[in-house]
This record gives sequence, structure tokens and C-alpha cells, in this order.
Amino acid sequence: MNFKENRLPAFLVAGVALLILPLIAGQFGNAWVRIIDIALLYVLLALGLNIVVGFAGLLDLGYVAFYAVGAYMFGLLASPQLTDTFPGIAAMFPNGLHTPWWVIIPLGAVLAGGAGVLLGAPTLKLRGDYLAIVTLGFGEIVRVFMNNLDAPVNITNGPKGITGIDDISMFGVHFGKTGHFMGLDFPKVTNYYYLFLILVIIGIVVCHRLERSRIGRAWMAIREDEIAAKAMGINTRNLKLLAFGMGATFGGVSGTMFASFQGFISPESFSLPESVMIVAMVVLGGIGHLPGVIVGALLLAALPEVLRYVAGPLQAWSDGRLDASILRQLLIALAMIGIMLARPRGLWPSPEHGKLAPTAAPLKTRDDPSVPQPVGPNVSEATNESHPSGTRHV
Amino acid sequence: MDTFIQQMINGLVLGSVYALVALGYTMVYGIINLINFAHGEVLMVGALTSWTVVTALGGMGLPGWLLLLLSLIAAIVVCCALNYSIEKIAYRPLRNAPRLAPLITAMGMSLLLQTLAMIIWKPNYKSYPILLPSEPYNVGGAVINNVQIMILVVTAVTLSGLMYLVNKTKLGRAMRATAENPRVAGLMGVRPDQVISATFIIGAALAALAGVMYAANYGSVQHTMGFLPGLKAFTAAVFGGIGNLAGAMVGGVLLGLIESFGAGYIGAITGGVLGSNYQDIFAFIVLILVLTLRPQGLLGERVADRA
Repeated sequence: MNFKENRLPAFLVAGVALLILPLIAGQFGNAWVRIIDIALLYVLLALGLNIVVGFAGLLDLGYVAFYAVGAYMFGLLASPQLTDTFPGIAAMFPNGLHTPWWVIIPLGAVLAGGAGVLLGAPTLKLRGDYLAIVTLGFGEIVRVFMNNLDAPVNITNGPKGITGIDDISMFGVHFGKTGHFMGLDFPKVTNYYYLFLILVIIGIVVCHRLERSRIGRAWMAIREDEIAAKAMGINTRNLKLLAFGMGATFGGVSGTMFASFQGFISPESFSLPESVMIVAMVVLGGIGHLPGVIVGALLLAALPEVLRYVAGPLQAWSDGRLDASILRQLLIALAMIGIMLARPRGLWPSPEHGKLAPTAAPLKTRDDPSVPQPVGPNVSEATNESHPSGTRHV
Repeated sequence: MDTFIQQMINGLVLGSVYALVALGYTMVYGIINLINFAHGEVLMVGALTSWTVVTALGGMGLPGWLLLLLSLIAAIVVCCALNYSIEKIAYRPLRNAPRLAPLITAMGMSLLLQTLAMIIWKPNYKSYPILLPSEPYNVGGAVINNVQIMILVVTAVTLSGLMYLVNKTKLGRAMRATAENPRVAGLMGVRPDQVISATFIIGAALAALAGVMYAANYGSVQHTMGFLPGLKAFTAAVFGGIGNLAGAMVGGVLLGLIESFGAGYIGAITGGVLGSNYQDIFAFIVLILVLTLRPQGLLGERVADRA
């Protein structure tokens, strides 16, 4: 924190760079701006998941469900889907259902947050892998419902998805249309870039403030040792629910953004690989460390997309077997394995952990709060009772 | 009543497959505390290998059962080699890393195997030929065919073989010792690394077997086919109490039955509002209920909090 005075110019440069980035990228085609937009959305998702996984230490593999809740809510409230299905609603909104953003975004956040608490409640006692698998199951349940709620009443339109979702327009600016300002063109992707950038900055500020707050410290205490945290008077139940809720809120907001940005949503976008990808972003970047998480998200989201555009020759060479999407999947898989093997703590881990690591290394128990710390005369007893994870062999 | 018996047969067949896969999960979890996410993909590779062998040798006029046996052997060999390498490459270097690291490589492996399978075998559905005589037998109004009988018999034999292996042989004792405490097991002359490799190989053989039987029963193979059975088998392992072999078997069979009865009766119970396309959610609902009400699983022991 001593560098505060030196940071201002750096911040200014970064700010200006971020402002003109889409204008430069736009010169090479809107596809590049689009890649940046999607990457920003992933940053937002990764920031949200980082609250759950990174701060509170609760491994959530169903995170994409909250993303889906937000997206589907936007999809239903700002597209012809509901008015087509229910004549009653069509009669109420003769001009079609176009809910404004200031209703839909907070509603998406609240709904997703509620879903997060709802998921959190029955899983409070579970930890680690068990929690992972339950959240994974929750994500799958949500996806099965999205896929099948087109009968008997057509709500989600099943696997075909919802089309014709409105673009966001706020303060007289219509994000879907190309705008002109100071002699520059602002196409849809650029408009959304600024919107997403603002959201990401808000997200970073919120996460940063949370991390330093009483709540954030309590989450980290729970992550390191839940029983000790409880003994210190931390209300672990409420704080875990809060972590789920906060994380889900981020997911919900990202979902609404995704829906309006794409104009089309289907259950396909909210499948398990997507959840895995977001978890991978958080873990690869450096779990619980904001800059790391952002780097992880940008890297995993943008790199394969960029390579997608150079995949043409490869596709021709491999007889069409290696198309862009396969290549992308391959790269993500290799990145997940490769980065973890090279840097198990992530690309940019939080420095506190780095400092603690040398002293913790001989015990191998730092990451496993379940293992009783072998202190005092009960050493042998403690190791016998402990689970093998704590006393693993090299 | 016919429906009841029929769903019972279907459930047992499905449950047998789940049980075989669940054993792989539960053995690995019991020893190194890792959800081997790539296990479902091992099943898929087994099924696709078997498909390749069957189609390649199909023109030679061999009898169906021999073809099935040959393809099964090929699948087991390939899967064992595969799972052995997965453990060696992706999990062993991370044995002492933060808990999430091997989990991420496991998911990466799963994705990698799916992608590679898609590249090697192309993404379309491939129909698995009918190798055993398929005329069904009538059992109290319900029908069962040769493949289903084979699945039930083979599973029963395999499971008893595995129980013998784990409970009576030297390797089995070493496995149990390593699961209990690898460091102490090492002091007693067990080599944990070898035991872990052996565990992965046994798990892969079971998954290959399950994959071939799954393909023979449902008649189609594809690169994504391993995902759902894998996930449900893991559910079954948790259901029975993870780390517990008998639990995995019981959990697998019960889960198969629950799914089968659920899919068979959900339409009648909800008056046609929900159809059998909701089959996939039963496993997860069961999972959530079990973990909330009895977190250690049906046969699991209460262990001190494992994170």
C-alpha cells in the first residue's frame, strides 16, 4: 500500500487504454471487440464465483445455474416468448413485453441471489467434494428444467431457446444501434463493451471492498478452518449463505447481460462445461486473489477465441476434424492440465499464501482444515484419526 | 404389474452399469481423496474402442459372443493403459498440491478425452451392432433379452471377484492399508504409488466393462456418452457412502432402480405434466436428499469432517 502515490499515473494510463481499446480493436473488425466483450462477461462471472470458491472456500460446480437464472429472466421479460405463449400477457402489453433495464437487472440479481441462498441452505453441512457434486447436480437440474419446460406449457421454449431478446437501452442510448459521437462510430459490440467494463469495475470494487471487510475476513476464516471460525463467534451459517447469495448475484447480472448481448439464449449455453470453465478460470488465475482471477478469466476466455481465427489452415490440413470449436476445447483442456501441473496455486496466487507456504510445507495440512493439527502429546492419535488426505505420500 | 417387473429389470441393468463405474470412483476417492472426473470418459473410450474392434472384425464371420469378448478385451487393455497414464501425468505430480488443483486437472482430463475422442471417432452417433441373439424372454409379463441377462451375470461375477480381491488378497490388503493411512502403509512395506496405480487400473477395467455393456445394451456410442453415466455413478458412490465398496454397489443398483421406476411412473403420478424426459433429475434429487439427511451415505461410516 506504500505505492499509492505512484499508482495514479498507472491507473490513468490503464483507464485510457481500456477506454480506447474497443476503438482500436474495432479497426480489425467487430469480431475482435466481441471477443473482448465475452471475456469481460467471463471476468464478471469469475469474480462472482471467486466470492464463493475463493473467499469462502465453497466449491461450487453449478455456478452456471445462476447465470442461467439471470439470462432466462431477461429472456422471458424482454422478448416475445411470454406474450406468444400466454394471450393474457399479450393483452396486458399490447406493444410487446419490453421490461426496462432498471427493473430487469436488479430483479435478475435478486432472483439469482435468492436461488443461491436456496441452494446454499440444504448444503450448509457439506464440504469440499460433496458440496461440489451437489452444486453440480443442482446445475444439471436447472438445465433439465430449461430443456423440458416447453411442455405442457411453453415457458422456456425447450432446447430451441428464446430468440428476439431486446437490447438494453438506458438514458436514451440504445445499445443495439450504432451510435455516432465525436466523429466515431459506436457499433453494438462497442456499446456493450463500455457497459460490461462499468459492470466489471463495479464488480472489482465490490469484491475488493468485501475482501477487506469484516465479512470478507470472516469468509476467509471459514475457508481456513470452519470450526475455529465458529468458535470465534462467526455465524458460519449466515455467512456461507451470504457468500452463495453474493456469488449468485454476480452470476445473475452477468446472465442478464449475456441474454441482451446475444439476443438469443438456449440451455446449451448453460451446461456443465461452462461451470467447469468458470471454476477453471478462478483456480487457474489464482484462487481468492482478484488480479489472478481476472487474468485467469481473460486468458481462458479470450485466448481460445483468438486462436479460433487462425484455425482455418489447421482445419484444412486435418480434413475438417479440427474445427475452431474443437480446437478451442482442446486448448482449454490442455491449459487446465498444463497450468495446474506447472503452477498448482494458479498463475498469480495471493501473496499471503506464498509467505505461509514454506512453514506449512512439512505438515502438508495447510489446505486441509479437516486434519487436526498434530500438536502436543496427542500427535500419534491425531494422525491416526485423520483422513489420509492430510498424511499423503509423495 | 407388468410395468413394475419391466422397470425392475431395466433398473437392475442400469444399476449394474452404475455400480461398476461407481466402484472406480469410490476406490480412487477412498485412496487419494480425489473425484476422478475423467472416469466417465474412460467408460466412453472403452465403448468406442469396443465399437472400433467390432466394426473392424465384423466382416470376418466370427460369432457374436466371440466378437464381443475380443472387443471387451481390447477395451479393457486400452482403458487400463489410459487410466494408468492419466494418473501418472495429471494426478501424481499434484499429490501434495492444494486440494483444488488435482480436481481441475481431472476436469481438464475429462474435457481433453472428450475432445480427443471427438477428433478420433468424429462426433456423430454410431450404432453398436447387435451381437447376441436378441429375442426376448418373457418373465411374468415383462421381457428381458440376452444382453441384459449377460449384464446382470457379468456384473455379479465381477463384483464378487472384486470383493475377493480387496478383502482376501495381498494387493487388496495393501489397498485398504493405503486408504487408511498411506504413510503408515508405506512404513509397513506397501508401496503407495504402486497401489494407487493398481487402483486406477482396476477401476479402468471395470469402467471398460461397463462401457461395453452400456453400448451393447443401448446400441449407440458417441464421444459424450460417458458424461451422464459417470456423473450418476459418482452420485451412486456418494449415495452408498464414498470409499466403501459395498456401498458403491448398493448405491449403484438402488440408483438404477430409482431412476427406472421414477421414469416409469412420473407420468402417471403427475398426471402427465412431467414425462420420462425428467429421468435425469432423479439421480441428483436423490443425491441432494442423501447428503442432506445422511451425509455419510447409506453404508458409510461417520468420519471426522473431511474437507
